[in-house]
Amino acid sequence: MSNEESFRPTVLQRILDDINFMMCLGLVIPTVFYTLWGVMEVATIPLGK
Amino acid sequence: MAITTAQSPFRTDPLTGLRIDLTAQALVKVNAVLAVVFLLVGGTAGLLVALTRWPAVHLLPADLFYMALTAHGIVALMVWIIFFEIAVLYFVASTLLSCRLAAPKLAWTQVVLMVVGAAMTFVAILQGDSSVMMTSYVPMNAAPHFYLGLILFAVGALIGCGVFWGTLVIAAEEKTYEGTLPLTVYGCVIATIIAVFTIASGAIILIPTFLWSLGLIKSIDPMMYRVIWWAFGHSSQQINVTAHITIWYTVAGLAFGAKPMSEKVSRTAFLLYICFLQFGSVHHLLSDPGLSSAWKIFNTSYMMYLAVLASLIHGLTVPGSIEVAQRRSGLNNGLFEWLRKCPWGNPVFSSTILSIIIFGFIGGVTGVVMSVEQVNMIIHNTIYVPGHFHGTVAGGTTLAFMGLTYYLIPVLFQRQVIMKPLAALQPWLFGIGTSIFAIAIMGAGTLGVPRRHWDVTFAGQALGFEWPGMAQMMLAIGEIGGVIAVLGGALFCVIVVGSILIGEPVPANAKNIVAPPADAGGHKEIGMGGFEAPGTFILAMVLFVTLVLYYFVNFKYLATLWTLT
Repeated sequence: MSNEESFRPTVLQRILDDINFMMCLGLVIPTVFYTLWGVMEVATIPLGK
Repeated sequence: MAITTAQSPFRTDPLTGLRIDLTAQALVKVNAVLAVVFLLVGGTAGLLVALTRWPAVHLLPADLFYMALTAHGIVALMVWIIFFEIAVLYFVASTLLSCRLAAPKLAWTQVVLMVVGAAMTFVAILQGDSSVMMTSYVPMNAAPHFYLGLILFAVGALIGCGVFWGTLVIAAEEKTYEGTLPLTVYGCVIATIIAVFTIASGAIILIPTFLWSLGLIKSIDPMMYRVIWWAFGHSSQQINVTAHITIWYTVAGLAFGAKPMSEKVSRTAFLLYICFLQFGSVHHLLSDPGLSSAWKIFNTSYMMYLAVLASLIHGLTVPGSIEVAQRRSGLNNGLFEWLRKCPWGNPVFSSTILSIIIFGFIGGVTGVVMSVEQVNMIIHNTIYVPGHFHGTVAGGTTLAFMGLTYYLIPVLFQRQVIMKPLAALQPWLFGIGTSIFAIAIMGAGTLGVPRRHWDVTFAGQALGFEWPGMAQMMLAIGEIGGVIAVLGGALFCVIVVGSILIGEPVPANAKNIVAPPADAGGHKEIGMGGFEAPGTFILAMVLFVTLVLYYFVNFKYLATLWTLT
C-alpha cells in the first residue's frame, strides 16, 4: 500500500473537511424540517368563516 | 515590531508570534470597538429595565420601559454580539491562517452598513413609535426605518461572512496552512453557515414586514411571522453559541497550549450543530395553536437533543483539554489540583471558565428542559425565558467575548490592560451578577410572573393580581443581580476603552504569551484510573446529574399543577 493510500482520510473526515457540503447541509436541513414544514402547518390551517 | 512593506502589509506580533495583516487588524479593531460601544448602550438600557422591574424601585413609566426593553433586546442581543463576531471572524481567518483579508473594501462596506443599520433602528426606537421589542411581532407596527435598519445591519453581517469565506479561499490558494482547517477556524466556518441560514430567514420575514410598514403590503399573518421570525431570532443566538464555543477552544489553546481531546469528535459535534441546532427555534412556539405536536416534538425533543449532545461534547472536551494540558505541565495530583492551580485571577481564563460553567449549568440545562412541550407549559412566556437566555447569551457568550477581548488588547491594540486588579475582578462581578439575575428570575417565572411586563401586579387594573411574597422577593433579588451584572459590564467597557486610549504600550521585548503545545514535552503518565482527564469526567457527570434531576423536578412540578384523577 502506498503512503498516499494509507493516509487517505476517512469518509467522515472528508465530509467534515468539505465546507461547501457542510454549507449545503446547514441550509437544507433546517429549511426543510423547520421552515418549510412549519410554514406548511400554518398554511394548511382552515380559514375561519 | 512592525514589518511593513508595499508587498507585505503584515506585522509580526511580539507577544504571540502571529503574523497579522494590518488591514485585517484595522477592521478587527473597528468592529471590536463598535461592539464595546454598543455593549455600553445595551447595558445602559438593561439597567433601566432592571430598575423598573425591581418592584421597590419601579423607575420608568410604561412607555419608556418598553422603549428601553426594545433597545436592550436589539442592541445587547444583536448589535454588540454581531459586531464582535465579525471582529472574531476577521481575526481568525486572517491571523490564525496567516493570510491577507479578502476584499477589504467590501469589509469596510460591512462596517458602514452595520453602523448605519444599527443607528437607524436605534433612532427609530428612541423616537418612541417603535417600542415593539426585539421580536417586533406583527400586527404591532414599528416605523419603517426600524425594519430597514435591521435589514441593512443583516446585509452588512452577511457581507462580513462573505469576506471570511473569501479569506479562506485565499488561504487555501496561497497554501498558508496545511491539511484541514484548524479547529478554531472550523468553528467560525460553522458559525457563518448558521449565520447564512439566519440572515436568509430574517430577509424572508423582515423585507415583507418593512413593505407592510410602508403600506405596500396589506397584512402579514402573525403566525407565519412567528414561525419564520424565530428561524432568524433564535438561530442568531445559535451563531453566538457556536462563536463562544470556538472562543473556548481558542483560549484553551492560547493560554494553556491545550489541544482538543479528539479533533474528530469536536468537529463531529460541530457537524451536529449545523444539522440540528437551529431546530431549537421551535421552543418559542410550543404553545402556539395550529402547529402540530409532531412538528414541535420532532424539532425540539428529537432533533434538538442531537445539538444538545454536541454541546455536552464541547463542554466536556474544552475543560478536558485544559485538564490534560495542566496535568502534563506537572499538576497531576488528585482529581482537581489542575483546576485549583488554574490562573483564576487572569481575566482571560476566569471569563472563559465562568462562561463554560454558566452556559452549561444555567443556560444549557434550562434550555433543554424548557424545550419539552409539556414542561414548557409551566414557564411559557414567563420571566423564566429571559432568565434562561441571559444564562446563555450574557453568561455564556458575553463572558467568552470579554475573555477574548482581554487577550486581544495587547495583541491587536499593542496596549497593556489598565487597572489589572479591577480587570481580575470584572469577570466575577459580571458572571456572579448574571447568575443571580438568571436563577432568581427563573424562580419568579416558575411561579408564573410574566415576561415583558411593566407592572406584573396589574396595580389599579380590574384584573389586578397578588403574587406570592416569594415571587416578589425573587424579582427583587434578580434585579439586584442584574444591577451587579451591569456594573460588571460597565467596568469591562471602562477597562477596554481605557486600555486602548491610555494603556502603556506593549514593550518590544515582551515575553511571548502563547503557551507551548502541552503535548510537546512534560509528563507523559497523567490522570487516574485510566482516565487522562478524570476531574473533567466527574464535573461532566455533575452536569449530567443536574440536568436529569432538573428535568424530573420540572415534571414533578407539572404534575402538581395538572393533577390527574
